[in-house]
Amino acid sequence: MRFSYFPGCTDHSSSYEYGRSTEAVLEALGVDLVEIEDWNCCGAAATHSLNRLLSLCLPARNISKAQSAQAGPLVVPCAGCFSYLKRAEYALKHDEAERKEIEEIVGFTYESSLEILALMDVILNRIGLEKIQEKVKKPLKGLKPVCYYGCALVRHPKITQLDDPENPQYLDRLMKSLGAEPVDWSYKTDCCGADLAMTYADVVQKLVGKIVSMAKEAGAHCIVTSCGLCQMNLEMRQDMDLPIFYFTELMGVAFDVEKRESWWKKHLISPKGLLESLGLV
Amino acid sequence: METTTSVEKMDSSFLEEVSKRSGEKLSLCYQCLKCTAGCPTAPYMDIRPNSIIRMIQMGMKREVLESSAIWFCVYCQTCGTRCPNEIHIGVLMDALREMAMEEGVHAKEKNIHLFHEAFIQSVRRGGRAHEVTMLMDYMLRSRDLMKGSLIPGVKLFLKGKFPLLPSFVKGKGEIKRIFEKCTKAK
Repeated sequence: MRFSYFPGCTDHSSSYEYGRSTEAVLEALGVDLVEIEDWNCCGAAATHSLNRLLSLCLPARNISKAQSAQAGPLVVPCAGCFSYLKRAEYALKHDEAERKEIEEIVGFTYESSLEILALMDVILNRIGLEKIQEKVKKPLKGLKPVCYYGCALVRHPKITQLDDPENPQYLDRLMKSLGAEPVDWSYKTDCCGADLAMTYADVVQKLVGKIVSMAKEAGAHCIVTSCGLCQMNLEMRQDMDLPIFYFTELMGVAFDVEKRESWWKKHLISPKGLLESLGLV
Repeated sequence: METTTSVEKMDSSFLEEVSKRSGEKLSLCYQCLKCTAGCPTAPYMDIRPNSIIRMIQMGMKREVLESSAIWFCVYCQTCGTRCPNEIHIGVLMDALREMAMEEGVHAKEKNIHLFHEAFIQSVRRGGRAHEVTMLMDYMLRSRDLMKGSLIPGVKLFLKGKFPLLPSFVKGKGEIKRIFEKCTKAK
């Protein structure tokens, strides 16, 4: 199986362990990733906040690169990047005038055949849970995570077309297939405050505090995320020492891939003690 | 303070302008308040999302464009997903912010505006975002010492999560062209 790959700006910085664990588990699953050549920033929240056209043209340049690579559907691990690429795709597909303007500025012709997929979608619906289960060497027995989807993957559903926006199940199903026992809770898609963390740390602290304390109240050992900004906010702005994993890291534990020690070193709240207590190290 | 407005006095040009710009059907709003009930940042806004829509309908342009609400929206899209009339309020907030800047309105939440600017400039320079230069740029622009983020920020830096050297795209000319055309189109 072969995919085009958009790593995004945080791949070698704040989401380092997301990038490395993604590569490790996809390699274990026999998936080839072809990084799109000379990709650029998706524009993130800042761009659409101040300049709609720019927020569509920056992702469109990446779409044009993925089109010419012809290396299969474009897979995106970062929830934010995914949502901004999908937003540009939506405009290209549904608004002729806007499509022409974007094509002229970026200098390409859009082909609607390119699929843009979230990594989680690829794992569940392209690779499939059966194949995932075959790879499990060390079932995550006794681990009780809550799955946290945040905003960007599931909203707006018209654009991302991924899972249920109010009660998504993808991560929960994946965790079950790894042998974990995901716990039900009500904060799956509540916003962590996103980039308000930079200007209003106190507001984000309150939002994160609520999410983390509700996870604890539900009896969770940890929170599983699929977004770099969520992971950073949840780790940085809590005082309850609850480990925050990327879902790919837990896949790596279950697959027993090497190098995972180097991922834990990047965490502000080390998950090592938790994994040791369950015999998962 | 005047609390009632007669229909004759209402100016619909602002409603028309915002509707056209955002592509959202704002007249459909019947004030069910679902947007405000689910909004994570509504408690910090001076005007709640549902009231923003009502005020647009009433033609209260200055009050809306000068509000903190348009800056506190983090585009989580909870409102737009739940709205029974399919009004995408995140898109509406984007349009209002752009209009405020074009009209030269002083952003009520100056630092949020400056942070977005610093991020965009970081992408403009190298085609990719770079945390360290972006944060330095933001601090210089805003004189915000980011006290609430300093200690955790240093911890992340020590974990090697904020590399000192930026990563640039090769096609800097392409990025420059995109920026020039997207800013000129305004």
